[in-house]
Amino acid sequence: MDYFLELFLGGLTRGSIYALIALGYTMVYGIIELINFAHGEIYMIGAFTALIVISVLTLMGMNTIAMLVIAGVIAVVYSCAYGYTVEKIAYKPLRNSPRLSALISAIGMSMFLQNYVLLAQTSDFLPFPSLIPDFEFMEPYAHIIGSTEIVILATTTVVMVLLTVMIKFTKMGKAMRATSQDKTMAMLVGINVNQVISVTFIVGSATAAIGGVLIASHVGMINFYVGFIAGIKAFVAAVLGGIGSIPGAVLGSFVLGWTESFATGYVSSDYEDVFAFLFLVLILIFRPAGILGRSEKHKL
Amino acid sequence: MSAWFMFLTFPIMVIRVNPVERIIEWRWNNMILVGIGSFILSFVWNYLMKRKELGTKKTEAGEKIDTIPLAQRVLGEKRIYVPVLIAAGIFTIVFPFIFSMYQTTIMTTALIYVMLGLGLNIVVGLAGLLDLGYVAFYAVGAYAYALLNYHFGLGFWIALPIGGALGAIFGIVLGFPVLRLRGDYLAIVTLGFGEIIRIILENWNEFSFGPSGIANISRPSLFGIDLSVHDSTIYLYYIMIGLCLFTVFVVNRLQDSRIGRAWIALREDEVACQAMGIDKAKTKLTAFALGATWAGMAGVVFAAKTTFVNPASFTIWESIIVLCIVVLGGMGSIIGVIAGALVLILTPEYLRAFAEYRMLAFGTLLVVMMIFRPGGIIPNVRRVYKFEGAKSANKS
Repeated sequence: MDYFLELFLGGLTRGSIYALIALGYTMVYGIIELINFAHGEIYMIGAFTALIVISVLTLMGMNTIAMLVIAGVIAVVYSCAYGYTVEKIAYKPLRNSPRLSALISAIGMSMFLQNYVLLAQTSDFLPFPSLIPDFEFMEPYAHIIGSTEIVILATTTVVMVLLTVMIKFTKMGKAMRATSQDKTMAMLVGINVNQVISVTFIVGSATAAIGGVLIASHVGMINFYVGFIAGIKAFVAAVLGGIGSIPGAVLGSFVLGWTESFATGYVSSDYEDVFAFLFLVLILIFRPAGILGRSEKHKL
Repeated sequence: MSAWFMFLTFPIMVIRVNPVERIIEWRWNNMILVGIGSFILSFVWNYLMKRKELGTKKTEAGEKIDTIPLAQRVLGEKRIYVPVLIAAGIFTIVFPFIFSMYQTTIMTTALIYVMLGLGLNIVVGLAGLLDLGYVAFYAVGAYAYALLNYHFGLGFWIALPIGGALGAIFGIVLGFPVLRLRGDYLAIVTLGFGEIIRIILENWNEFSFGPSGIANISRPSLFGIDLSVHDSTIYLYYIMIGLCLFTVFVVNRLQDSRIGRAWIALREDEVACQAMGIDKAKTKLTAFALGATWAGMAGVVFAAKTTFVNPASFTIWESIIVLCIVVLGGMGSIIGVIAGALVLILTPEYLRAFAEYRMLAFGTLLVVMMIFRPGGIIPNVRRVYKFEGAKSANKS
């Protein structure tokens, strides 16, 4: 039973990280119907920035909590900047082109960012310091769940709530929903669509950066390639839940997290990635719109 | 703009950390480079953007512009292209005798990519289905030959059609579940398939010998005579030339056939295409199967060339390189794809010093090509239907 619980909680942690990344995918897709392949790279850059800031601060001798906060904030700022720039360079000029063009451009951007980090930094795995202290009150449960996991779960929950509030109740959220329904119509009622798209990219990048910092301190090391796999998996999660739907992305992420966790725990760990992809294929065959997605009617 | 990029690249470019030894390296000179570089590039970018906007305005205003690009006009001119073709033919024939074995090997590699590019061109360029798992079929072909040779001692010439057929079967098997999916979903699912195949090859030790791969695959023999390494390199080069010509011939014929037209129609508009009575499922499956056949055959040649296969040769980046070839050359254009493959594979070989920047350049290339020249370097000429007596020509 303990093993089951451990796997369950492991899946939950995994799922919440995927959820943080998947949100960016699903928001961008909801608004401009583009798979932002470079999203995983934004997450990786977030983690790298955090690592660099932490290293610099450690040498300056700062205490861990302050360091974590500062690194987190800088990582978020940089990820947002990258997300914004990527959108301006690689996607904005292609807004009226066929969707295949934008997709290929996104793949190119992903490749560029990966190799940019590879060349400017290193191809080795860098150790990422675990900054979250062990909480004392967690002591009795330490064999099932670590305090890092608790922090991850708490952060994810807070981010989700904030995001939901933003989309449901703020003016920007309203504009986002309008844009995702009909871009031309949104423009006609006086919404600055370009600004909305930029904000979407920025918010998506911010959540990805938070996910990046969290997972890096959870796993303990990063390299330039972590973004790609995590990005693909988060995308799978977004599709599982029904792409374009925010609760769907969260649900899909948890389902994927549990699937992977149980499959690796009970079947075999060699085929971890295979399970994720098989799951995706099965979902797309039997329920192409995803778990929570509405099936879209193709309008002529 | 330049300041923005300096800010943007500051942590990654300027600071390099070594957390193990706790060393921080400050590289301020990189920052200066980024500043100057982005300052210049921003001007180039703005200039190109302006040109692009001018171009779209011209088309919108209905001004007469040359619809046939220069490269195609040159190719259309018989006086020019016949001698060029002959010269190219002679060059390819004598190539292995005037250049070293190393050059021949590189050329063979490039030709394998030509074949892969032409195969993917069917799927992406003609049928408009973005397939990111193309390398899976390549792997199937390579492993088919490797395993058949290892277990049963089958030769290259028997394995070649088997590899092609297996590729086609896999294409159909993998194509079946994705029939209903549109562009982006398709891309991700095919990518998933590619990864699944690679992971299986890596982990299923009893079947594929895991990450260590299979070595000592026999080289192709000439009518039962075993050739020396040097001779067989040249021999393989000619085989590749032959196969490429065969591919070009088949793809060219396919393009103008009923099925080729159906692919193009499918690419342009699925709904209208179905309304015209084209069987969507069948058309898509044939595209997948035919595309995969070439990859399977290219895989067999690859295995014969390197005499060694392991899963590391079949990563997702291989698929993306092939995609780059198709995009650079021009989707749907045969001559473009050939040019694209030769440029993309040969340039990094001869510019060894910049080899590590290869993938960076490829990424940039994809973005820039998509924005400024979505048709590729030698774009395909779209069929234009001219009304008798009407002034304007409609795109069919």
